[in-house]
Formats: sequence, C-alpha cells, structure tokens
Amino acid sequence: MADNDLTQDLQDQVKAAYESGTALAIVGGGTKQTWLGEYAGQAIHTAGHRGIVSYAPTELVITARAGAPLAEIHAALAEHDQTLAFEPPSYGSATTLGGVIACNHSGPRRPFAGAARDFVLGVRMINGTGEVLRFGGEVMKNVAGYDISRAMAGSFGTLGIMLDVSLKVLPRPPAQVTVAREQRAADAVQLMNRWAGESYPISAAAYDGERVLIRLEGAESAVRAAQKQLGGENVSDATVLWQSLGNQSHGFFSGSGALWRISVPPATLPLALPGKWLYDWCGGLRWYRGDARADEIRAAATTAGGHAICYRGCAGASRFQPLHPLMLQLHKRIKAAFDPKNIFNRGLMYQEL
Amino acid sequence: MNQSALKEKVIAGLARMLPENALLHVDEDLRPYECDGLSAYRQLPLCVALPDTVEQVQAIVRFCAQLGVPIVPRGAGTGLSGGALPNAEGVLLSLAKLNKIIGIDPDNRCARVQPGVRNLAISEAAAPHGLYYAPDPSSQIACSIGGNIAENSGGVHCLKYGLTVHNILGLQIITADGELLNIGGTAFDSPGYDLLAMLTGSEGLLGIVVEATVRLLPRPQRAQVVLAAFDDVSRAGDAVAAVIGAGIIPGGLEMMDRLAIRAAEDFVHAGYPLDAAAILLCELDGTNEEVSEYILKVRDIMVRCGATEVRTAKDEKERALFWKGRKSAFPAVGRLAPDYYCMDGTIPRQRLAEVLATIDELSQQYQLPVANVFHAGDGNLHPLILYDANRPGELEKAEELGGAILELCVRVGGTITGEHGVGMEKINQMCVQFGSAELTQFHALKAAFDPQGILNPGKAVPTLHRCAEYGAMHVHRNQLPFPELERF
Ligand SMILES: Cc1cc2nc3c(=O)[nH]c(=O)nc-3n(C[C@H](O)[C@H](O)[C@H](O)COP(=O)(O)OP(=O)(O)OC[C@H]3O[C@@H](n4cnc5c(N)ncnc54)[C@H](O)[C@@H]3O)c2cc1C
Repeated sequence: MADNDLTQDLQDQVKAAYESGTALAIVGGGTKQTWLGEYAGQAIHTAGHRGIVSYAPTELVITARAGAPLAEIHAALAEHDQTLAFEPPSYGSATTLGGVIACNHSGPRRPFAGAARDFVLGVRMINGTGEVLRFGGEVMKNVAGYDISRAMAGSFGTLGIMLDVSLKVLPRPPAQVTVAREQRAADAVQLMNRWAGESYPISAAAYDGERVLIRLEGAESAVRAAQKQLGGENVSDATVLWQSLGNQSHGFFSGSGALWRISVPPATLPLALPGKWLYDWCGGLRWYRGDARADEIRAAATTAGGHAICYRGCAGASRFQPLHPLMLQLHKRIKAAFDPKNIFNRGLMYQEL
Repeated sequence: MNQSALKEKVIAGLARMLPENALLHVDEDLRPYECDGLSAYRQLPLCVALPDTVEQVQAIVRFCAQLGVPIVPRGAGTGLSGGALPNAEGVLLSLAKLNKIIGIDPDNRCARVQPGVRNLAISEAAAPHGLYYAPDPSSQIACSIGGNIAENSGGVHCLKYGLTVHNILGLQIITADGELLNIGGTAFDSPGYDLLAMLTGSEGLLGIVVEATVRLLPRPQRAQVVLAAFDDVSRAGDAVAAVIGAGIIPGGLEMMDRLAIRAAEDFVHAGYPLDAAAILLCELDGTNEEVSEYILKVRDIMVRCGATEVRTAKDEKERALFWKGRKSAFPAVGRLAPDYYCMDGTIPRQRLAEVLATIDELSQQYQLPVANVFHAGDGNLHPLILYDANRPGELEKAEELGGAILELCVRVGGTITGEHGVGMEKINQMCVQFGSAELTQFHALKAAFDPQGILNPGKAVPTLHRCAEYGAMHVHRNQLPFPELERF
C-alpha cells in the first residue's frame, strides 16, 4: 500500500458521526482485536492513512501517520542504526503505529528506557467534534500548554483519532548479550532489582519461572565487562526470546485458560495466587495463569500497590481494573472534554466512557 | 462583596484552619511573595497561607472553592514565567512547609516526598543507596519538587534521562473541589488515562500536588566531560549533530556563545577559551568502559568538525569547574548589566545557526545585547537579554525583543517554552503557537479538572478574546510608523 494522507476523509467521517451521534470504533491494523474484543460502533479505519511524514536522524525525531505499519518505521530507523527504545511489541505485520501508541504498549526495555508515552513528542489528532488539532511538536522539550499528546498514549482511542505521531528515537545499542541464571521466584525478584539499582548496562530483566534473564546492551566493552561481572549462562536466541515476552508469543502464553497482566512495584514479593507466573520489567509486570477469581487477583494486585488487567478468560470480570469513584468521575469529565457526544470507542476502556 | 469585606472573610475563615503564623495578610508580610523569579511582574495577594499538613491544604481549598476565591500555588518561587505570581483577589498557597521526605525505597528505586522538598535534597537523601533523582534544573538547590512537577522542569541531563514527566511515578493531589486523589504509584503503570502526563507541566491549573513518588536511578559509575571550542557557531552545531549521528547520547551537551563564555569566565574562572565563538561541554556518563570508549570518539568528532581546541577534564575537580561555568551562566551574565531577561525557546537543532544569526540581528535592531546558553542536545535555547530597568521603556523593549525571539522559535518549528513554562509571561505567545481550536481544547481540559476555574486563573492558556486582541495588535503593529509606541 502506498503512503496516503486521509486526514480530510477521516475528519469528514468524524464530523458526520458527531452530527448524528453515531458511535465509531477506531480500527488500526486490527491486530489487537482478539484481546480488546468487539467494541461498539461503526468501524473507522486508520490503516489507509499511512507513511512516514518526516525523519531527521540527528534530531532523533520521526513523524509518521497513525496507520503506518510498525514494521515500516522499524525499517526506516534501522537504516540509521536507530530504534524505538520502548521496544513496541508487534502482533503481526499489520500492527500500526497508532495502535501501539493508543494502547501505550511497551516491551521489555520499559523499566530502563521508558514506556511508549515517554517517547511521544507530539500528535495531530481529530477530537470528538471533528476538529483537527495539533499538540506538542517535533522538539525534545516543549511545555507550552497541557501535555495532551503524551496523554493520548494509553487512552485507547477514547479521546480522539491520532493522525500523526512524532516520537523521539534513539541509537540502537551496538552490542547486546543475554545471560540466564537459575533462581527461585523470591530470590529472582530481589536479584533483578538489586542489579537494576547498580550501574550495569541492563536493558531488560525477566524471570521465566526458572531462570532470571538479564539483557545487557550498550558499548561493546561495557557489555563484555558487565557480562563477566554478572556471570550466568549465555542465551543464544535472545532476540526472539525478548520479542516473545513483549508480544506474548512465548510458550508460557499458549493454550487456553485465564491470562492476567498484573502491574506491581517491581520488588514486590511473589503474590500468593496459585498458578503459573512469568515476570518481566524487573518484576514490575507479572503475567499470571491460574484459577484464582478475578476479585482475588485484583485484591492481591491492589494490596501490593498495583492493578490487574484481564487478557483472556475473564469470566465476566471487567478487562481493566475498575477506577475509584472519584477517579471515574474525573475520567468522565475528561472524556467529555474531548468527545462530548461519546462517539469514540464507546465502552472500550470502561462502560461509562 | 467588596475587596476589603472579602479579604476579612477569607482571613477569618483561613485563620480557623491554620496554626498561628501560618497566615500572612499585612502588606509588609506579603511583600516577599509578590513575585517569583520573574520579578518584572509583581502583585500582592489577598493573603498568604502556609499550611504544614495535607489536611490543612485540603481545608483551604474546600473553603476557597465554596467562596469561589482563586488559589495560586507556590513552591520555592524560583519560577521564571510568573506562574506563581499572586492573584489580587486570591490566596497565595505556599507548599513550602510540606517539606518532608516521607521515604526512600531503594528496592523499588523511588522516593516519596512532599511537594516542598527541594530538588537537590532528594538526591542527597538517596545518595547512601547509590541512587539519585535525575532532573537537575540549575536552580536545584532552591526549587521544590512540587514546582518542578508543575513546570515539567528540565536540566542539563534531560536528553539522556528525561524531563520531570519521565521521572515521576505517582502523585497525590488536592483537586479544585478539595478532594484528595491518588494518581499512579510505585508500579510502572496504572489504570485509566495518563493523568501524570496531564498534571506534569500544568502550572498549578489542574490540581495541587501534595505528595510525589519520584523515580531514582543508580549513579553512573563514571562521568567525564569534554570541552570543545569553535570559531563559528554553526560548526559547533554540526558537531552536536555529528555526536548524536554517531550513536552517542551524552549525559549532558551544552553550548555557550561568546558573550556567555566571557561572562562565565569572568565570574568563575573555569578556564574557558575567551577567543571562541562557541564552546561545547559534552559529558559522557555510564560504566567505566563505555565512558572510555565514547570519550575518544567524541574528541575525534569534535576535531573533525573543526574544533579549535578540545580538552578533557583531567580530574573530578576540573570537571566540576567546567560545569560551574555553565551552571552559573545566568548570574554571570547578570553581572554584565543591571538586569537580564531569560528566554526559553526550543528549536530543531538543525536550525541553530540560522536562529542565532536572527537573534543577533534582533539584538542589534533593539540595541540590547543577548547572550546565549543552549541545552544543545535537546534544542532548548536560553537567550539572555541584557537591559536596564531604570531606563524608561527598556524593560518593555526587552520584553518585545523576547517575544520576537519566541515567535522566531515557533516559526522554525519549535516552541515558545522548553522548560520554564508559560505562566503569565508567555501568555501572548501562546496565541502564536496554537490556534483557537487547540486553545479551546486546553480550556475544556482545564474545566474537566477545575469547573469553577479557581486554580491559578489567567495563567498558562490565554482566552480566545485575549488572542484576538493580541492578533489584531500584531498586524496593526507591522503597519505602524512608530512601532516602539505600541504597547500591549
Ligand atoms: C537561577 C535559575 C535557574 C533555573 N534553571 C532552570 C533549569 O535549568 N531548568 C528548568 O526547568 N527551570 C529552571 N529554572 C526555573 C525554576 O527553577 C523551575 O521552574 C522550578 O521548577 C520552579 O520551582 P519552584 O518550587 O520555585 O516553583 P514556583 O516558582 O514556586 O512555582 C512554579 C509554578 O508551579 C506551581 N506550583 C508550585 N508548587 C505547586 C504544587 N505543589 N502544586 C501545584 N502547583 C504548584 C506554581 O503555581 C507555579 O505555576 C531556573 C530558575 C532560576 C531562578
């Protein structure tokens, strides 16, 4: 498919929907639909709105249309040895930039480099009244006005349709190696966080139930030196391994049954829920497969200072962790500020939004 | 209600909820609060409240919300855009007494602090664990973390370690109707919208920060700085691009122009080369091996880009000295003239040479000298305009020149503020950077948080009416034969 600017077309569709109060379901590549399920509304497709608008490697900025396939961005950056440092997980060749940002999806490098939202510099978007708006820009530092472009990340399309996104990019680390060490869960959590608090060039830390996996990245000399200090076994097919943790294609995820994503302070000791666990993000991101009830899972997460998202087998439980009533009220007002007739992705995040 | 009756009522009400000495209302006591770091703007508030507990803050906000009395939050008052400028009909709410470090959590690498804690105090408290708080504004010995959050402050290490928004995990705020709200926490994410992004940089307009959880990082094993001199600013700009193009992200990358170099050298004797048109300070930090590898590469790049001189700090003492010159550039330049006015635009770095040339032309046109210090890595430019406030009209001239510089930044694809905020100062330039649709969206977001509009009203986002007036004046001015007569 060729580069294409569909701003006018998308704007017309939103304006019409605003006039008639029609719900719109924003669809990018459609690769996350198995997870997000069906959401209300007439489909509005962004995948045709694609192409890289500008890329200045020495400015560390790329601007691309929301429908641009992630793979195309990766390829353009790779030519200049650069990368999206938040390691966005890809769910197939159709994954779009807009989808990644809307879901704030970030890979294993998240605790060390930041999340998708940390790399957003600016957006052009259509709000719920059909207006095209531009926030932020293509520079690294910009505090003029509220940081709306960053807040688009993780709003799951409920505040508007992103047209273009400007992202900070970074050099690709010249060297990397992954080492593994057998460990029990509690010790694994401790070890990952101890090392993360020292000055090793660590770029990912996970625990697969048996082994702590540490990825070292940076200058060749630094990676070699750290590898010596940390010890452990060399993992050979590490690139695939880290990708599989990011996009849930790792063997841990296969099969049926409930799957939960639990986010807690990284050094939290193992939660007392029966089942199988996989830790990423130094222990800050915990995948859980087991039979505990949704309310037990949510209570355990909350007590630890975190929250839980259901990925599959939710048995009637809401996907996202319910918000505190005060928080929900504020969310409704924010939603209305962008989308007064509640046309975008109605009910996708919460029933009330 | 007239002004004095209102004042009486507010003071009587607040006195009931605050300890003795925590409420100021006599003019001479209010005087120290009449401005922030931008002293050209002054205003006495109705009164100053100095709560020392979160409950008191909450009670004050509830009380003000009931009466519809504006609240202007204030941290340490070092802001440079008039964000904490008092409101004549409002309460100035100082958060300075909420100054406890609640806890350092080395395992989760974070600190819980009250808003009045000084930026540097966090790193000092974290130091025994080998950790520190990365954003380091030059004002870090004085400015508060609450103010940093409200402004999304940066520092010389932002390119690599991010701004305040990248280093905040959680907030506790008092909303405009006096509710206590927890946002985020110690985990890497939280359910719902990214309120941390909305709050950070909101200049006290969306909520009052009463607690923050900030991210701590391990201290790099080693840091080393290279100083490179150039006889041409565009060559220095090319060198910056070349370093980044080579895949190196320095911990700090700063540029100073001739006037700034001279001022700093006179002030701290850092050994800067006085004949240079620009110097770059490039700091590399990380592991021993990485720093060793990259320092050689950087030296090499500087030479290739035409540096007339390249020096590596030979020890920690010299490194500190190189930085001292940069970090004291503002006061140093301040010694060259009775007053200086610090601007804060960001530009795409590739436009640097052109922007500096235009600033030079403007400087000559307005007959006011301008020194430039530049966070070169991330394109954040601080032109310092020298003037004398005692000369009639000179402040206005400086402000006009400043406005022209900011509009230049927008024209080349940048922004009117990189880290100091809009406040009162750049409210007109917001009309240049944003159209009415964006401004309307900002106002709608503000109303979602603060329907009554009592938090820091009149700052950060101009009304459409104001922009219409400013726009009209602008067009008008270009046609006027005596532009210097036209004032807004
Ligand atoms: C010499 C000098 C050097 C500087 N260098 C830098 C620099 O390198 N980088 C940089 O980014 N800035 C710099 N600044 C600007 C200034 O220090 C920062 O903006 C700082 O974050 C302000 O903090 P403060 O506590 O002084 O806030 P104040 O000036 O008191 O307030 C700033 C804004 O924050 C709001 N506010 C304060 N506390 C709260 C709270 N608890 N809740 C809600 N709103 C609140 C106020 O209403 C106001 O709008 C410098 C200033 C000076 C004087």
